Amino acid sequence: MTNELAILTHGLTKSYGHDEVVRGLDLSIGRNRITAFLGRNGAGKSTTIKMLLGLIRPTAGSGTVLGKQISDAKQNREMRKRVAYVAEDKPLYSYMSVEQTINFARSFYSDWRIDVEKRLLLDSELPADRKVKSLSKGMRTKLALLLAFARRPDLLILDEPSEGLDPVGIEYLLRTLVSSSADGVSIFFSSHQIAEVERVADHICILEKGCLLMDASVDQVRHSYRRIDMVFPTPPSEHDFRIPGVESVKTAGHQMSVFASRNAEEVVERAHSLSAVSVEVAPVGLRDVFLETVREN
Amino acid sequence: MLFKLNATTGQPLYLQLMQQIRHATETGALHDGDQLPGIRTLAEKLVVSPNTIAKAYSELEHEGLLELRQGSGAFVCVKRRIRSLADSVHVARRRIRDLIDRLRDDGLVDEEIRRAFEAELFFTGEIARKR
Repeated sequence: MTNELAILTHGLTKSYGHDEVVRGLDLSIGRNRITAFLGRNGAGKSTTIKMLLGLIRPTAGSGTVLGKQISDAKQNREMRKRVAYVAEDKPLYSYMSVEQTINFARSFYSDWRIDVEKRLLLDSELPADRKVKSLSKGMRTKLALLLAFARRPDLLILDEPSEGLDPVGIEYLLRTLVSSSADGVSIFFSSHQIAEVERVADHICILEKGCLLMDASVDQVRHSYRRIDMVFPTPPSEHDFRIPGVESVKTAGHQMSVFASRNAEEVVERAHSLSAVSVEVAPVGLRDVFLETVREN
Repeated sequence: MLFKLNATTGQPLYLQLMQQIRHATETGALHDGDQLPGIRTLAEKLVVSPNTIAKAYSELEHEGLLELRQGSGAFVCVKRRIRSLADSVHVARRRIRDLIDRLRDDGLVDEEIRRAFEAELFFTGEIARKR
């Protein structure tokens, strides 16, 4: 059911000349959850987001956001009323003050919540009468975020929202994100910072070189990803561990290390049957999952 | 009530929260009838997705440890079950102490014992979860 989904794409592709930036992306993002869109710099995250919003035209493929076709101008306008978006470069009018910017933005949206605006202005410690041009990078980011968070959209799309923020600013961002989510807003945000993602995200998608490498719930990742370190008197062939779920096998002398996305128990049983003298199973943090997944491809 | 969730371990956050709430009722930090913070409040405080809190609360409701009342939050409901649990924890600790003594007699050092325990717990936990 498309109505149950915030975002749905089929074979979404964007190329510039011979350069395929996004390749056949099939995304399916549920509502009422926080989804993190992870990937290295240049993986195609911003290009994907801009296609979703109808800011650039896909070379091939199709998609819907909140059930509206992204390439249909009329449907796109309807969708944009229900989506708040913070762009990567956080464009703001430099000659306006913080207060003027907020007043200006407020006039455009019928879903603006003055109480939330006031609270966020207070929490963010932004100087109301300072001109945008003399704000620090972190303050600009906070202001851009405030303009999105003060609305009550159905979907909030944030492109690298933590850029330029110090740890206190990031904490403020995440808390505001969580609070928005508690209001029933679906959130889709891109990031290359694992640490900020792993606490708040319900779901992660990993993009690498324009392709979707992983689309999984964070609980599922925590549940099933394991590293199994083993010691053998005579190490067996790495081939013995080529079982479903095993992503990589490494051998160093008598030691072997297996990285598994599932089926860790089978790996352990296999190790025992190959007379391992020591078998240790350890969970893998999201950071290592990301690094391994990107490296293996 | 203070909860600490660790995002870098391999355990889902909702499970960590469930365990901490369960533990709090076992130690007496939470009593029958105590009210837990609302989903939004706790999510903002711990800076985790509201779905994490909702999932933990609803699983604990299934276990009968929490009662969720529409609009007024989550309430602890501890019955007789807890006393017997405290007793069995007591017995378990004595048995573990005996086992550790035996392992030390066998010449294992504490670090080795600890790792063996963790490996077994982890492995059997993994299998139990599968089922």
